[in-house]
Amino acid sequence: MLRKAKVVILTCLAALLSPAAFAIQRFPKPEFESAYTQPQTFIPSPRAEFLAYLDVVVLLISLCVVTWLVLKKRSRLWVFAMSVFSLAYFGFYREGCVCSIGAIQNVSLALFDNSFILPLSVVLFFVLPLVFTLFFGRTFCAAVCPFGAFQDLFAFKPQPLGSRLNTILGILPYLYLGLAVLFASTGTDFIICRYDPFVGIFRFNASFGMFLFSGILLLSGVFIARPYCRFLCPYGVLLNWTSRFSRKHLTITPSECVQCRLCENSCPYDAIDIPVTTKSPESRPSMVKKLMILAILIPFLVLAGGFTGSRLHETLAGIDSRVKLAKEVLAISKGIDLKEKNAGKNSNSEVQEESYEIKAYKASGKTEARVYAEASLVLKRFYVGGWLFGGFIGLAISLMIGGRMMPVYRTDYITNKGRCFSCARCVDYCPMKP
Amino acid sequence: MAVFWKSGCEGNDNIKKMPNRREFLNTLMRGGILAALGLLSGGLVFRSRDGNSCFYGFDCSRCSKSESCNLPAALEARQMVWQLDPAKCIQCGRCATNCVMSPSAVKCTHAFAMCGYCDLCGGYFKPGTKTLDTAAEHQLCPTNALKRKFVEDPFFEYTIDEQLCIGCGKCVKGCGAFGNGSLQLQVHHDRCKNCNQCSIARNCPSQAWTRVPANKPSLLKSFGKDRLSETSRKGEMNA
Repeated sequence: MLRKAKVVILTCLAALLSPAAFAIQRFPKPEFESAYTQPQTFIPSPRAEFLAYLDVVVLLISLCVVTWLVLKKRSRLWVFAMSVFSLAYFGFYREGCVCSIGAIQNVSLALFDNSFILPLSVVLFFVLPLVFTLFFGRTFCAAVCPFGAFQDLFAFKPQPLGSRLNTILGILPYLYLGLAVLFASTGTDFIICRYDPFVGIFRFNASFGMFLFSGILLLSGVFIARPYCRFLCPYGVLLNWTSRFSRKHLTITPSECVQCRLCENSCPYDAIDIPVTTKSPESRPSMVKKLMILAILIPFLVLAGGFTGSRLHETLAGIDSRVKLAKEVLAISKGIDLKEKNAGKNSNSEVQEESYEIKAYKASGKTEARVYAEASLVLKRFYVGGWLFGGFIGLAISLMIGGRMMPVYRTDYITNKGRCFSCARCVDYCPMKP
Repeated sequence: MAVFWKSGCEGNDNIKKMPNRREFLNTLMRGGILAALGLLSGGLVFRSRDGNSCFYGFDCSRCSKSESCNLPAALEARQMVWQLDPAKCIQCGRCATNCVMSPSAVKCTHAFAMCGYCDLCGGYFKPGTKTLDTAAEHQLCPTNALKRKFVEDPFFEYTIDEQLCIGCGKCVKGCGAFGNGSLQLQVHHDRCKNCNQCSIARNCPSQAWTRVPANKPSLLKSFGKDRLSETSRKGEMNA
């Protein structure tokens, strides 16, 4: 008995001395005399894997159905019905996760982090809508994406914003996409999920700030239809560019446009391009001049953007937890140096509560050098990422300017293939029969 | 292809049958984007399918991350879920407040096999409690989720009411400091939404959160046992 106690005490001491010790057996397991049976530890199992593939199947089927409804049946009512279904299934039942918009981050993290395993279902969620858009236009936006479907319900009194405001606000999604890819690929943060305005509503658990944000978005959606889709959605950038090269696309009229102008104000998203029939007044020298300006402007903006991005890399990396920890550790080691210098003098003033990060760092037994090495690796990645991010934004802005400089000529009312969500509202306004 | 170009530019009679220059360029771009998407998704699937994702070819001695690596198990499971490692957890209390679920998907889990069935339970009573009874003012748990039941002299059984537990970790801290450490925080996957990026993991001060294979979703610790099993797993991989 005494020997047993000694052993217990010794093991306790040994355990107390080692810093990373966990779960020390201070008290032996009792030997029960009564007929007591020890309960089993309950560990609930996660959602079954096949359900993830069920989501992919539902996505595929709804993409097919919506595409057929938009291109063949040309029925706004049925598209609307599908959007209610998507809102119910992908929104409120699946609670907005996994979604194609967020899948951008998983894909970019998987590209740069070897240890991150990307499930096949997430790859499919990322790729399937893009492939459909490449052939049929943005039918995903029309009624499959729960965010679009949700905002679509609120578009009561849409006001035209004018092409200038549309283009300027149209830069925001590029910024959001660039930042999201930068933060995801450096393993810092998934900002699309974090600042997702609707997921809090789907789950009935939004924080007050996010609820305010989503409330403002939805209410402004009464006048500015689908504000998130048009001026924030990062996946929309990819869909916009794939849709421009789509094989087929929703057309306003099933036969020939008679320019009755009935559809002119039908689009809540300013995605109908009105005819510009004045023959291009551009003289050849002026065109050459414009092209020259663009040829200088594009590389300049790309480089300027890249330079700005690389200057900002420390600020951007500041939200990374590894960089934050290194900063705190550095501050503390400097503080200790100061303490040693004026030893004995008013040591009471330096009594400060340690942050949990520092406590955990001390408990983990990591060396200071390793913390700094990890942080400097992150900083390096952010430096390269900052160049690429800035360059990308510069390119987006110069393409926007270029797009506005180029002369246009069209005779009919047509949908803007990039911006059109294929919601099929305009179809009902066209008097022509197929 | 040259014919496509000509027909578009010259505007001959075949213009309606033959695609014009713009359409041809569109087709070209479409093909390009399709190929890029195919390469991207194919590469991603291929990489995570047969272990090409390991940069060092599973030679763990060359890799600095081998302590926290769960790649072999992940490749086997194909699906990952979030879990926190109780050995790294410092019970800061953020699990209770940072989860997208409220109350949190993190709950206290009792590894009964480790429990000492103490009368003076460090996880149940506030420090300095004199009378060991079930009075609310003596309890550490803010929600009365930890239940105390007499078994036989001098042993008491402690169970967790999961409906009430908010995952604050106060009892875990007490049990770890004064007891055997049988109370441990674990994600309960019936509540966990398995978010893309766990919002607790982002705020965890001790980086205790990892993605674990879905077929082994628990990281409950016992006395030194699983440390042993972990090293043996690595040994096998090196061999």
